[in-house]
Amino acid sequence: MAIGVKVVSRPIEQVSYMRATLKGMALTFKHLVNPHKVTTQYPEEKEPISRRWRGTHRMLTDETGKAKCVACGLCPQICPANCIKLVPGEDEEGNRYPLVYEIDEFRCIFCGYCQEVCPEEAIHVGRHYENAEYSRAGFVYDLERLTAQTHPVCEMWDPADPKGE
Amino acid sequence: MSSWLVLTLLQAANPQLPPASTSVFVIATVIKMIVVFTILMVGVALLTLAERKISAWIQDRHGPNRVGPHGLLQPAADGLKNIMKEETYPEKANIALFVLAPAIAFIPAMLTFAVIPFASPLPLPGVGLIDMVVAPLPIGFLYILALTSLGVYGIVLAGWASNNKYSLLGGLRSSAQMVSYEIAMGLSTVAVLLVAGNVALNDIIWQQATTVWNFFGLTIAFLIFLIAAFAETNRLPFDLPEAESELIAGYHTEYSAMKFSLFFIAEYSNMVTASALLVTLFFGGWDIPFTLWDNMAPWSVWKTVLTGLVFAGKVLFFLFFYMWIRWTLPRFRYDQLMSLGWRVLLPISLAYIVLIATALLILDLLGIRPGAMHGTILGVVNLAAAGVLFLVLDSGRVISPASRRVREDELRRLRARRERSPLAVPGGGD
Repeated sequence: MAIGVKVVSRPIEQVSYMRATLKGMALTFKHLVNPHKVTTQYPEEKEPISRRWRGTHRMLTDETGKAKCVACGLCPQICPANCIKLVPGEDEEGNRYPLVYEIDEFRCIFCGYCQEVCPEEAIHVGRHYENAEYSRAGFVYDLERLTAQTHPVCEMWDPADPKGE
Repeated sequence: MSSWLVLTLLQAANPQLPPASTSVFVIATVIKMIVVFTILMVGVALLTLAERKISAWIQDRHGPNRVGPHGLLQPAADGLKNIMKEETYPEKANIALFVLAPAIAFIPAMLTFAVIPFASPLPLPGVGLIDMVVAPLPIGFLYILALTSLGVYGIVLAGWASNNKYSLLGGLRSSAQMVSYEIAMGLSTVAVLLVAGNVALNDIIWQQATTVWNFFGLTIAFLIFLIAAFAETNRLPFDLPEAESELIAGYHTEYSAMKFSLFFIAEYSNMVTASALLVTLFFGGWDIPFTLWDNMAPWSVWKTVLTGLVFAGKVLFFLFFYMWIRWTLPRFRYDQLMSLGWRVLLPISLAYIVLIATALLILDLLGIRPGAMHGTILGVVNLAAAGVLFLVLDSGRVISPASRRVREDELRRLRARRERSPLAVPGGGD
C-alpha cells in the first residue's frame, strides 16, 4: 500500500455510476440528433485561407505575357533555403531577362522573402495548397510553370496595417 | 395411400393447420433457412455501416458518405476489400486452429438465431400453416444458452493459436468474462421461465401477449440480462477481449482479410441474436402491444407481415441501444468487470429468483390464475424490488473505486492525516 495516498470522500451524486451513465446517454443522444455537423466536406467545400497564406510560387507577367522578372538576382541571394536557380540573360536592347528560372518547391520553406525583396513585384508566393505530383521532379517549377499559375497571390504583411484591415 | 391423399387434400383446403407431410416441412425449413441467413447477413453488413454512422453522428461528424448514396454501398466496398486482401499467417501460429477459430466464432452466432420466432405463423394456401421460425424447438431457450456458450471457443482459440501475447491475453480475458456473465445471464432468465412455465420461446411470447411484457413484470431480470448480454457479445463497456488501447486488437490482432472480417460478422450477428433474445424474452417477441388479435387464429399473411415488422422494429431499437451505449460509456477496468459480474449481478439474480418464485408460489396458493390480476401483482412486486435495487445501487459505488482496495481503518487513518496536513483546506472535500 502506497503511503500517504490522498483519499477524497465524494458525495453520492458525484460517484453514482447510474446517474453518470444516464447523463452521458442524454448527452450523446443530444449530439446524435444535432443536425449541425462539424465536418468540412473537403473536395466540395473548402475552409477559407488567410490572405497572407504563403504557398507555392507564381510569377506575374506584363501585358505582353512575358515574365516581369528582370533577373536582378535578389531572390536567389536572399533565399534562406537556396531553392531558386536563376541564370540571367540579356536581349539585343540590353534588357535583362531570366534564361533559366527554377524554384525547387521541396526545398522552399515558404518564408516569402523572395516576394518581399523583388523590386519588380514579379515573383510571388501564392494562396494555394493543393500540390500533388507523381514525381519529385514535378516539384521543380520552371519559368513556364510559374507564369502559367493562376491562383491568387499572397498579400505581404504591411507594417502600416499590421492586422490587414 | 388414399387416406394420405385425403389428408393432403383436406389440408390443401385448410391452411390454418400445420402441414402433415415431411417433405413440405423440409422444403419450408430450407427456404426459411436461406431467407433468415440472407436477411441476417445483409443486416450485419448494414449494421457495420449503421455503427459507423451512429458513432459519427454522436461525435458531430457525417460518417461514411462517399461510396454510393449516403455511403450505403460502404459495406459492399469493405467486403470487397476484405476478400481481395492478402491472408497473413504468423510463422509460429498453430495454423489449423488459427484457420478454424474464425469459423468457430462465426457458426454459433448464426446458429443461435434459428430458434427465435420472428413473426406469427404464415398460412400458405395448399401447403398449410408454416411456423415463422427456422427450428421451432420445444427446448428453445436451453438451446440458446448452450450455443451462446460455444462462441467463447472461437475467441479463446483465436487468441491461443495466434502465438501472440496480446491475442492470448484477449482470449484469456474473454473466457473469464464470458463464463462470469453467462451465470448471471442464465439465472436472470430463470425468472422468465418461472413466469412462463415453459422453455419454448413461442410459449414465452404467448404468456407475455396474454398478460404483460416481462419488461414490466420482471424489470430486474431484464436489466441483468441486458448487462450480461453486453458482456457476452464483447461490446463496450465490456470489450476487454479486444481493448484497443491495451491489447492492440486482442484476440484478432494477427488476423487479416476475410478471417478478420468473420470475427466482425460474428460480433454483429451475436448482437442481432442478443437483441432478438431481449425482445423475445422481455418485450413480447413479435407480439403487437395492447392487442391479442395478432396472437390468435385465424392466421393470415398480412398478420405475419405486420408482426414481422413489429419484431424487426423492436430488434432494431435494441441494436441502436447497443451502439448508443458503445459510444457513450468508457471501458471497465478488468477487476471492476469481474467484481460487477460476481459480486453484484450474481447475488442480485439469485435473490430475484427467490423473490419471484416466492411470489408465484403465494399466487398459486391463493388460487390466482395467470391473467390481468396475476400480472398486476407481479408488476407491483417487481416495481417495489426495482425501486429498492435502484436506491441501493445509487447510494453505493457499484463499480469499486481504487480506494475499495484499501482497508477501512487504513482509509480512516489516511483521511485523518489529510485533515492534519498544513495544506488542508478548512472544511475538507474538493
